[in-house]
Amino acid sequence: MSNITGLLEQFGKIVANPKERLDEHIANGKKVIGCLPVYCPEEIVYAADMVPFGVWGAEREVSEAKTYFPAFICSILQTSLEMGLKGDLDKLSAVMIPVLCDSLKCMGQNWKQGVKNVEFIPVIHPQNRKMEAGVEFLKVQYTKIKNRLEEISGNKITDEKLQAAIDVYNEHRKTMREFVEVAAQYPHLITPTQRNAVIKSGYFIEKADHTKMVQELIKECKAQPQKEWDGIKVVTTGIIADSPSILKILEEHKIAIVADDIAHESRQFRTDIPACTDPLEALASQISVMEGCSVLYDPEKKRGDMIVDKVKECKADAIIVLMTKFCDPEEYDYPIMKKAFDKNEIPSISIEVDQQMRNYEQARTMVQTLSDMLA
Amino acid sequence: MAEQKVKKAKHLLRDIVDQHYKNAWDAKNRGEKVGWCASNFPEEICETLGVPVVYPENQAAAIAAKGAGLRMCEHAEANGYSNDICAYARVSLAYMDLKECKEMDMPQPDFVLCCNNICNQMIKWYENISKELNIPMILIDIPYNTEFETSDDRVKYIRAQFDYAIKQVEEITGKTFSQERFKEVMEISQRTSRAWLGATEYTKYTPSPLNGFDLFNHMAVAVCARGKVEAAEAFELLEKEYAQAVKDGTSTYRGEQKHRILFEGIACWPYLRHKLTTLMEHNINVVGTVYADAFGVIYNNVDEMMKAYSYVPNAVSFERALKMRVKAVTKNNCDGAVIHTNRSCKLWSGFMYELERQLREETGIPTVTFDGDQADPRNFSGAQYDTRVQGLYEVMEANKKGGNL
Repeated sequence: MSNITGLLEQFGKIVANPKERLDEHIANGKKVIGCLPVYCPEEIVYAADMVPFGVWGAEREVSEAKTYFPAFICSILQTSLEMGLKGDLDKLSAVMIPVLCDSLKCMGQNWKQGVKNVEFIPVIHPQNRKMEAGVEFLKVQYTKIKNRLEEISGNKITDEKLQAAIDVYNEHRKTMREFVEVAAQYPHLITPTQRNAVIKSGYFIEKADHTKMVQELIKECKAQPQKEWDGIKVVTTGIIADSPSILKILEEHKIAIVADDIAHESRQFRTDIPACTDPLEALASQISVMEGCSVLYDPEKKRGDMIVDKVKECKADAIIVLMTKFCDPEEYDYPIMKKAFDKNEIPSISIEVDQQMRNYEQARTMVQTLSDMLA
Repeated sequence: MAEQKVKKAKHLLRDIVDQHYKNAWDAKNRGEKVGWCASNFPEEICETLGVPVVYPENQAAAIAAKGAGLRMCEHAEANGYSNDICAYARVSLAYMDLKECKEMDMPQPDFVLCCNNICNQMIKWYENISKELNIPMILIDIPYNTEFETSDDRVKYIRAQFDYAIKQVEEITGKTFSQERFKEVMEISQRTSRAWLGATEYTKYTPSPLNGFDLFNHMAVAVCARGKVEAAEAFELLEKEYAQAVKDGTSTYRGEQKHRILFEGIACWPYLRHKLTTLMEHNINVVGTVYADAFGVIYNNVDEMMKAYSYVPNAVSFERALKMRVKAVTKNNCDGAVIHTNRSCKLWSGFMYELERQLREETGIPTVTFDGDQADPRNFSGAQYDTRVQGLYEVMEANKKGGNL
């Protein structure tokens, strides 16, 4: 038990101060590349012997970013730009910013204009991702990124290095999937806050190190007896679920997260890089097999049913939608998902989340109502 | 011939739109398949195939202009849609559900044609229609262009989708794509585009022979009916009318044109009259818009056509977007700019603050912004708009007198 507590504390320390980790990488002579939501080809960064570093906003005030973004852009991007404008990310050698939603398109352009000392590398994913031409297009984009990262790092990215990076990342993905299952089996050992810390910490340290830490935690947990959870089991869905206040509210109501469809969490690791002789093509083809993400084209809208299946598989009691304020891709998915939840008679609530949130009373009331309803 | 002489271009242009919707209704009633189509989906495909399509954005604008934007938006919100999403989309998703709207009806879709060169919300909006109505969706993805020029790899990707889209529409409708007809449609499109560009060029004259707000009405034809001979003819007539007006010193702008401005952004359709009236009270005419060049797409072959569709206003990089505005300001001798921060359009408004700063720097003109929305009347304040326009007017007046120079 004490080992588990100690390990969880380590994850907690990492997420409590990402800047310290950034400084550490720099002190170790590593170059660091910022990776913004939702998907960046981190493997290419790793293969260049640099460190990919997640930039998914922060709970902080926004002032300078307001001179670039209107108020109706999500706080993830507002606070990320704020960090860039304030110089907090100056130690990064570059940032990769995708164009997966309209706000992200503007984010890259604003970054380029406002943060002159940290290079902007665009990541252009195709939306017709099931088409061969789409994968081919993405491969060309990844080649451009690879060339630029070689220049920045001064290191040649060989096919062997790329393949090794894919192996490291797929191992990490597998480990994280296992962790999510373990967290569901041992909710009395891992709280929602700790579960998030374990996942989120992976954005700030080397993936191979993170894999080892998580494997250690899994091993320790599995050595413990499983206990019947007398609280509520939920599946979460949304872009990000790292608000300490929201997670605390869940804990107060004895709610365990038994699975998630969060972009910042499981959507990152639920799909491996497929096997392929050409590693760059393998990387590019991952997008063609990913499913159920709000920023990836899907006319069949599989996401709702996927979450329903997850609920059944994990024997969850309810779904909590953590709706990032001003996130239109998620807002469009919601009415369709809600129909799937209702059709399957799965209770659900939608809580609006925002990194500038100060008042959590509405969220608390909704969670309380859900809790009462299921009691 | 006699009738041709009395009919003005604006009437011909209106007729084209009316006829377009009538054709779609007739086709639907005959049992033919009708599509809902994004405004910047390559219209050459449907024109060549003779497939009737109607335009939800056009419908939403018309519904909003006729005062029903709020009613429709609220219906969509009652169905679970956030008021954060585009008001055109909310109006359209409400119409999909209600299937009728007395302000403007159009046939229900058998398929949807989507192109995200104006925004990615289009994809989500059309995905939902496709899912809810259980109809096929065809997407031409034009990736946001972070570079100034459209690179060959983009052209290749767009071209592959263009070719695939043709196959998909053929399969859905049972019609066959004729290369010969395609060539003809491309030629007509070029003729229309040249005439559109020719007509919009006339805003460079002082006084301008047209009220800039006229372009909001005319551009629908430039976008959606480019491949029709009637469109080419109507714009050629418009060009002639403007040439004559310049000679005669007349204009469709009523009143003295003391100040010339760039109007940036989509119109607030529910308040079009209010906005125009305020400008006219200050003798301000709109002579610069990005629409003029944006929809006069000139190409010589299919690959160039792909590029042309990637250069529409919302698909381009900051640098290209800035250049478009600077050109509109300098070419048309604008004294100032009014910029719409459009609550419906994150993409159009998301880097506009910086663009405004650099536009001022490059051109030296004063600018003002106002908060509005293309279709949701709750997001516009007449008082704020009036105050901002008044402020701009005062600076432009002072500049004219040399006070601020």
